[in-house]
Amino acid sequence: MSDKPSEATDGLIDALVIGGGHNGLINAAYLAKAGLKTLVLESRPFVGGAAITEELRPGFKFTTFSYAISLLRPEITQDLSLVDHGLMILPLIRTFQPGYAGNYLLLGPDGDENYHEIARHSAADAEAYRDLSLLIKRTCFALKPLMDSIPPNRKGNTAEDQAHLEKFESYIAGLAPDIRAILDRFANSTAADILDEYFETDLLKAMLSTSGIIGSRVSPRTKGSGLVWLFHKMGEYDGVFGEWGFHKAGNGGFTQVLARAVAALGGTIRTNAPVASLLYENGEVFGVRLANGEEINAKIVVSSLDPRRTFNQLVRPVDLPQDLVDAINQYEFWGVASKVNFALHDLPKFPGLENRSDIYMGFTNICPTIDYIEEAYADCLAGRFSRRPFMDCCVQSTLDPDMSPAGKHVMSCFVMYTPYRLANGDWTTERKNLGDTVEDTLDEFFPGFRNLVIQREVVTPDEIERCTGLTEGDIFGGALDVKQMFFKRPAEGWNQYRTPIAGYYQCGSGTHPGGAVTGGPGKLAAQQILADLSKSRNAS
Amino acid sequence: MPKTTPFHRCLAPMNHVGIWKNWSGYLVAPNYQHSILTEYYAIRNAAAIFDTSPLFKYRIIGEHSSALLSYVLARNIGDCKTGMAQYSVMCDERGFVVQDCVVLHVEEDEFWMTTADPALWYLEQTARHLNLQHVRIEDVSDDYGILAVQGLHAANVLGQLTDGIDQLQYFGVTKANIAGKPVVISRTGYTGDLGYEIWSATEHCIELWNLLFSVGSGFNLTPIGTTALKIARLEAGLLLMGVDFYSSRYAWVDDQRDTPLELGWGWMFKKLNGDPREFRGKAALLLETVEKSNRWKTVGLVTDWHDYERLHRETGIPTNKHEVYREATMSIYRRGSANWEYAGYASSFAFSPLLQKPIAIAKLPNDLARPGTEVDLEISILRRPANVLVRVASLPFFNPPRKTTTPSGVNLNVR
Repeated sequence: MSDKPSEATDGLIDALVIGGGHNGLINAAYLAKAGLKTLVLESRPFVGGAAITEELRPGFKFTTFSYAISLLRPEITQDLSLVDHGLMILPLIRTFQPGYAGNYLLLGPDGDENYHEIARHSAADAEAYRDLSLLIKRTCFALKPLMDSIPPNRKGNTAEDQAHLEKFESYIAGLAPDIRAILDRFANSTAADILDEYFETDLLKAMLSTSGIIGSRVSPRTKGSGLVWLFHKMGEYDGVFGEWGFHKAGNGGFTQVLARAVAALGGTIRTNAPVASLLYENGEVFGVRLANGEEINAKIVVSSLDPRRTFNQLVRPVDLPQDLVDAINQYEFWGVASKVNFALHDLPKFPGLENRSDIYMGFTNICPTIDYIEEAYADCLAGRFSRRPFMDCCVQSTLDPDMSPAGKHVMSCFVMYTPYRLANGDWTTERKNLGDTVEDTLDEFFPGFRNLVIQREVVTPDEIERCTGLTEGDIFGGALDVKQMFFKRPAEGWNQYRTPIAGYYQCGSGTHPGGAVTGGPGKLAAQQILADLSKSRNAS
Repeated sequence: MPKTTPFHRCLAPMNHVGIWKNWSGYLVAPNYQHSILTEYYAIRNAAAIFDTSPLFKYRIIGEHSSALLSYVLARNIGDCKTGMAQYSVMCDERGFVVQDCVVLHVEEDEFWMTTADPALWYLEQTARHLNLQHVRIEDVSDDYGILAVQGLHAANVLGQLTDGIDQLQYFGVTKANIAGKPVVISRTGYTGDLGYEIWSATEHCIELWNLLFSVGSGFNLTPIGTTALKIARLEAGLLLMGVDFYSSRYAWVDDQRDTPLELGWGWMFKKLNGDPREFRGKAALLLETVEKSNRWKTVGLVTDWHDYERLHRETGIPTNKHEVYREATMSIYRRGSANWEYAGYASSFAFSPLLQKPIAIAKLPNDLARPGTEVDLEISILRRPANVLVRVASLPFFNPPRKTTTPSGVNLNVR
């Protein structure tokens, strides 16, 4: 990796990938593997995008932004030989839901133990949990082929497009009736609705509802939460726990693995190389211009940036069809999340579980009831950050001892809701207040938490946007909402990674299957690019 | 009732699943927590502790001790200087494997040995047969407990209790003191990772355990059971007696017996030509080497992930992944043969957390044993047999530099 124009840049480049986040790197690795001379251009001094690990204090490593890996497709691991480059995904084995007055719910890797743990609160819930879990798993299993393949284009007019769409429709029609029914419910009702049908325990409902709101401007009782819930469950379909994992050394460790894979496959990465604009004429791309004025030529350019940057910033919108411009202008970003990362003297202590370190080896959700989340959401709608925020925490040093000095700990807290636009003040002034609020809230559930803090880092939506380029700090590169998924991610007719400019492609989280560290967009975009290439070769 | 090891009082409260198995007549935990994967990763990512006390332990003392071992062990014990350890093998007269063992050369005329099967009478008989007067074999199985501290941070944990750990070379042996109590530490293990094994007098075992945990928590030191260990040893290409091979001593037919060459241990006999030693099985071994008469080879198998996933998906069930470890024999067929032409078998099979796909140890005829060769492995999916594409690989599957290099200071070398 270097920030100098390398030999590769001097010579001919077949493909340029803009942005060295996980999708950009995966895309570049596939292209390089196919024999294309591939160059990744990263604006920052290091790759990783929103998947980085930073040592802000000697020995303490913070996952600045994203903090876990959902189901990374096994074929990506195999295709790119990621194991050879140090892939190591540690299982997240717990979900801990602290309640009030010593009440809690602690789930883990054993189904029978989970039954009895839920049964402490309600035997009926414990049983219903099994049914709903299996139904969700079967649903995710059924949807997996759709998540793993290029979606059909409803605006396409070739016979091939038509056949693709028909194949999709017959696949959906062939799903089991109970799966189609629950799919319909996920798409059209709220997470709370579904949970109310199955469960009576607030703590359990609150725990499960968190999957329906992560990173999204929805609450469990607002429409859209069903879909977000299902999306998050895709990551763990074939193991109750353990498919969501923590990469050794954090997500920065993971993107370093990807960077090594790119290099091993013959690709090149150039850092400190922000791209200012796309070079194209007559509807065909021929390269990019860097911020420093340098031009690099290539017949294929892939943007891993979000749709707004891909279409409105790198390209003149006037050169694009109006329906695409409109769709991108209407494409929603939901920056509502912040990260607060802590260096700690010791493990937090939960009353009654003081000596248990294993409870932190997974996600700890701060939200004892759905009402708690709804109140937090009401703050968001009023244009302020939640006075008592929902948090998804993990003491990552319990999983990977190399995240902190021996005996000390690091804790990652994903915090909602923190709207990108505040009604009063701005994030520069509110940053400290948010940090204090998070600390106060944690202190409420883990008495004495405040005294454990050695250092804290508060990363607000504006900061996410500034560092990663994710518009409005939307962690998914655009809302995971039904109106901008599958056929319409990022826009109807442009959901197959192509753009109106020939040779210009998109591969970020703003494309199907969407956000989170799955690698899907990067892989599928490469698949499309290589298919188009071989088609044009055959034609000529 | 099975016996318990000297560490049992410490192990018992840490066994959160409440399940025990019997190993050599001792209670051992197959796993201490529900997530075997977490135990496994304690090895590769942190530090793991395993109670290996149920092994048979012998002290072989006296000026004829090396003469006895020189005859009874097929690998040349003369290559194992004082302060070193050796992985070795006992063969019968026909060159079949009786059992494997680890020998520590503790003093000039003193060796400590661990074996999976009893060997006291066997060694004594051999000494009598050779008329070696000045050697004494002591069964010290009950006198010592052995703890294996294994994994990425093993040296960092142990280094806090005694000096010079980071200088102990691969298969080195040292006498040391921990909290004033004598121990013997060897740079050995069964995980294919950086690791140490500590021999402690039975009466000091509890104290040793407590000390290790007091210094190990900062490195997430985790007790591991036999299943996590076995997954790690499979990745390390380490064979397990009773699973990957049987003792010729207790076999009924030769088909159950293996020679060291058939087990892939040819590396032990690089200097066999010109080895002046007389040792049990030598003639047979020489003949086998010259005539290349080994009947099969022991190889690794790596499953083709795409094929494995496709076969599962076609039946409508998710792919069987984590925490798969099996020791039952699985048949191997020549690829593409219409009539499932039997070629060999896998003796142990696991989903490798490290390689992220199933791997196996297998016996294959010589013509199929070259790395890269494709064969069909019979698995069972939804109660029906199915053939999955596997490729022959050389063992070990996992061989990190830290396994053999000498750590100094903090070791952050992940792979």
